Amino acid sequence: MQIQKIKEIEIVGRPEATAGAFVRLATESVSAGFPSPAEDYIEQALDVNDLLVTNPPATFFVKVAGSSMVEAGIHPDDILAVDRSREARHGDIVIAIVNGELTVKELATTPTLRLIPRNSAYEPIVLREHDDFEIVGKVTGLVRRFK
Amino acid sequence: MFALVDCNNFYASCEQLFRPDLRHRPVVVLSNNDGCVVSRSPAAKALGIPMGEPAYRLREAIARHDVEVFSSNYALYADISQRVMRILAELAPEVELYSIDEAFLDVGGIADLEAFGQRLRTTVRQWTGITVAIGMAPTKTLAKLANAAAKRFPATGGVVDLRDRKRQLRLLRIMPVEEVWGVGRRLSRRLRLMGIETAFDLGARDKGELRRRFSVTLARTAAELDGVPCFGLDEAPPPRKQIISSRSFGERVTGLAAMHQAVCAYTATACEKLRRGRQYARSMSVFIQTSPHAAAPYYGNAAHGSLPGPSGDTRDFHRLSRRLLESIWKEGHAYVKAGVMLHDCCPTTPLQLSLLGKQGLHASDTLMAALDRINHSGRGRVFWANQGIDPSWTMFRNHLSPAYTTNWSAIPCVR
Repeated sequence: MQIQKIKEIEIVGRPEATAGAFVRLATESVSAGFPSPAEDYIEQALDVNDLLVTNPPATFFVKVAGSSMVEAGIHPDDILAVDRSREARHGDIVIAIVNGELTVKELATTPTLRLIPRNSAYEPIVLREHDDFEIVGKVTGLVRRFK
Repeated sequence: MFALVDCNNFYASCEQLFRPDLRHRPVVVLSNNDGCVVSRSPAAKALGIPMGEPAYRLREAIARHDVEVFSSNYALYADISQRVMRILAELAPEVELYSIDEAFLDVGGIADLEAFGQRLRTTVRQWTGITVAIGMAPTKTLAKLANAAAKRFPATGGVVDLRDRKRQLRLLRIMPVEEVWGVGRRLSRRLRLMGIETAFDLGARDKGELRRRFSVTLARTAAELDGVPCFGLDEAPPPRKQIISSRSFGERVTGLAAMHQAVCAYTATACEKLRRGRQYARSMSVFIQTSPHAAAPYYGNAAHGSLPGPSGDTRDFHRLSRRLLESIWKEGHAYVKAGVMLHDCCPTTPLQLSLLGKQGLHASDTLMAALDRINHSGRGRVFWANQGIDPSWTMFRNHLSPAYTTNWSAIPCVR
């Protein structure tokens, strides 16, 4: 069955763990005349969370405040989904705690452990053994709303 | 076999989650109305700030040690709690939610409990940032004690497997009796008079004697310390006989109109609790009081009234609460607290209706269910106009942190 018409779009602001955001797609357009039995049939509502949240109890949302990642397409005011259950590997974009601050950077594990900003105006953060740092989780998605 | 999973310093830990700058700092969380300390971070404990310390006595610690103070942020704690419980439900065969930060698990059939506990602990910490302690034993009461040991002794790695009777006895001998599940401070005083000092002493007592002199529950608790399971998982707790909703006011209330609003709001909360437990109530009481510490003369009073039949409808209790409040209201006082209690609660299913009460009960149930559904959906809030739109009597929450996980405009920022 083809999806023909978007009948209703409703966006509600909370992740799956608490409430549901949904976009409902009707599968038939409305027509006058003899009713088709399929008209009442509505497919399972699409949930944007399915795209963003792979593991709900471990997924948190954060907002980007700086421009250190613009070359990776991450801009100020973007909302990032962070999955704490996913192990971060070399080349992943991660949320980390450095010097008591939350930061988003690209993780490099070789040749040395670094957090790399994706903005040529910024310097990489080289991590040493005794530094107070922690990888919080892997960034798994991004939401940007256009004004 | 049971496991008790308990989050360490839950409220304080939640506050530290999105404030990495506070990770090693002294953090305390205050109760409703910023009354007293209900949760402390390890650094705050190390400073010797006791549980229950009134907020006004923290001033020196704040100035000298830079203690960070928070009001209770229930939206945040409830969200984090839900995440922890969901992880437990994924990893354990059966889970019984015991409180916002504790759950009992059925871990029967798991061979290596120690490894299972460690895996649980690591997963919860990695996924949510919350640290838990886990105690495992053949009875719930022993699991609770094992959990206390897991918290107290760092060498346990936060996990204690108390299957071995010799280990049980060693722990029972060093645990003071008031730390036993369900034995409060008052009860422990009476027990001490009988020479029962430790958990071991209680377990060794004659169960018949405990039942005669105290209660069946205490006799069962003692049997559980002996390793005889008496409390099962999800053993239905007896239906609540009464439901209370009460708070101290943020600002003193002197007018009847404002007091009406407050009482209506508490009534609405109590009725919601009632319906959540699938119960009806038949009567209620309303109480108001001035400060017992103020220089002005004290006044406190309560009134009790009944409905024609059991009900779960907020409107019935609003009408009744109005009459009750008016019967005890005295002008000229500065009230600091009010509350309502619902009594004679009964389950909604096997209900005997009086002829009078029968009509309209179905419509009322439907309306109340719709109301609760809207309020639980998180998308909007419907409330009774008689509780006021911008009430002056609401809580003090001067140190409230943002709703990091439940409000898009409050999510944490990253640079």
